[in-house]
Amino acid sequence: MRHHRRILLSTVSSDAHTWNLVYLQMLLEEHGCTVTNLGPCVPDDVLVRAAREEQPDAIVISSVNGHGHIDGARVMRALRRDPGTRHLPAVIGGKLGIGGTADEDHAAALLAAGFDVVFPDSADAAALPEILDGLAAGSAREAVLAGGAR
Amino acid sequence: MKRASRIGLGAYVAAARGTLVVQPRMGMGDPAAMAAAVRAVAALPARTAATITLDSYTRVGDHRGARRALAAGERLNGFPLVAHGPAVTARVADPAGPGVPVQVRHGSARPGRIFATMATAGLCDTEGGPVSYCLPYGRIPLAESVACWAEATEELAAACAAQGLRAHLETFGGCLLGQLSPPSLLVAMSVLEALFFARHGITSVSLSYAQQTDAVQDVEALAALRHLAGELLPAGLDWHVVLYTYMGVYPRTAPGAWRLLGDSAEIAVSGGAERLIVKTVAEAHRIATVGENLAALVHASRTAERAYRHCALPRIGQVDYAQVLDEARALIEAVLGLADDVGRGLLRAFAGGLLDVPFCLHRDNRGLTRGTIDAGGRLVWAKTGRLPLPASARPRIHRMTSTDLLSLLSHVADRQDGRGR
Ligand code: B12
Repeated sequence: MRHHRRILLSTVSSDAHTWNLVYLQMLLEEHGCTVTNLGPCVPDDVLVRAAREEQPDAIVISSVNGHGHIDGARVMRALRRDPGTRHLPAVIGGKLGIGGTADEDHAAALLAAGFDVVFPDSADAAALPEILDGLAAGSAREAVLAGGAR
Repeated sequence: MKRASRIGLGAYVAAARGTLVVQPRMGMGDPAAMAAAVRAVAALPARTAATITLDSYTRVGDHRGARRALAAGERLNGFPLVAHGPAVTARVADPAGPGVPVQVRHGSARPGRIFATMATAGLCDTEGGPVSYCLPYGRIPLAESVACWAEATEELAAACAAQGLRAHLETFGGCLLGQLSPPSLLVAMSVLEALFFARHGITSVSLSYAQQTDAVQDVEALAALRHLAGELLPAGLDWHVVLYTYMGVYPRTAPGAWRLLGDSAEIAVSGGAERLIVKTVAEAHRIATVGENLAALVHASRTAERAYRHCALPRIGQVDYAQVLDEARALIEAVLGLADDVGRGLLRAFAGGLLDVPFCLHRDNRGLTRGTIDAGGRLVWAKTGRLPLPASARPRIHRMTSTDLLSLLSHVADRQDGRGR
């Protein structure tokens, strides 16, 4: 059963792509979520502050410019350091390195930085709402997800 | 720094008359790799221009982030020009030799440091624009971007002139978010940004337009772009037109990617564009290798050569381009009517929704417009918001789900990959 969820949707500091954000917002809203979309090139402190203030049910980070594994890990460490945000579930996906599907070893580093779920480049975003449901139920912490491979 | 001076992009394209100049989008973090890539592009028998594409940290002004990533041995998505500095940059561009231009492609709303560094390195060809490198590229306020671009453009013109060189600026306004902006808006933005460059001391420009969903519609747009450039740009300004191979979601299969690239070369030739910036088979997946870029340049150049002799598409003189011309002209005239200064006109136009980029999340964009693809495959307005368009623009409103959006974004890729219509 699905509950009404509040999602904080963001990308990372160096990433200007927004079609991913526009699409994910629509997708999550269609699944009954209320979405705050922080838009492109979100500085770390803007994301941490928004998370602290909004206390969302989950943080969803999307990055496709190839720097997501660097910027994502950095902002995640900041979120896990901050007592006001360290407990918030967080997932990341998109195209996280510049090497395509050959890059999937980035997942381990991102999980180590504190993400609950890291989606590989090949993951189908349509699986996201269900995985957020699982996260809320406490079942997916520490999970390495294939997220519905292609 | 003393070195033989290199030909500028404007002069190079003028000399190539009758041959399509082809150019990659290519950048890597390591200077030796970047230099080798520049050398390989310049050495191709095709009429090429070389490119140094900058990484995302440099684009957002995070030069410390770029240095940190370099020190950690990370692979960047482009060349961190400011972090490497002018001496390294000059060495990277050198292998192009004096006869091949080297353009810096960046995506920055505050281009001042990038322009200063490249000019010190003897590089005077670059691109962007106060709107097109702001709205699709981050969260810097439009007013700040316009002010930064005005100042940086004048400084670039002066820094190049001081070395006896001529700065060349290409508009990115013909691309915007890469997809779902109808052609009239792209044409209008390109002309407006070219006017902005001319107003701020640039004497050689190129006007961009990105391939969209329908080849004949693209030839019409190129016709309108030439028409309006000829009419509105100041006399004596050197200009040419550059087509971008499709900038939206790219085909995932190699055959699909080759076909789309080939189509763009034919559109460039039929539409009278002088230069083409290509995409590679890696586009949908990851940053391309040098080899993939070279192969794309060769394919585009050969396809263009054939298209000069024979092409199934109508030529620029054979299409009826009245609708895109009227729409683009209406947009441009509305902006120019708002202020004497084109920069101020652009700001007022966005504030009032007279310019409004579909699906753009930027705070200074009203967000009242939408583009869609009609049953015949043409890119059209779904919502026109407050755009001052002639009645012929006829918006077709429908509700849009995430699945609808994805299928619009994938329309071109699916067609070329052999799925969908
Ligand atoms: C359109 C586009 C642009 C537009 C963006 C406009 C805008 N404001 O959005 C423009 C032209 C401005 C642009 C600029 C750049 N781009 Co770009 N761009 C694209 C392109 C062609 C399509 C992206 C798109 O719109 N997709 C549509 C959306 C809906 O899909 P998506 O983003 O792929 O996301 C899907 C999945 O990844 C997944 N997903 C995404 N996020 C998440 C998150 C979660 C949690 C989950 C589960 C799933 C998920 O779901 C989505 C739907 O299936 C892609 C290549 C391609 N795909 O064909 C390159 C691409 C993403 N760009 C790229 C790059 C590098 C850049 C630049 C840095 C320029 C450069 N150096 O080449 C700049 C960005 C500057 C910056 N500061 O970041 C690279 C990234 C390389 C990599 N990761 O290996 C790509 C892959 C092209 C390439 N091969 O070089 N780009």
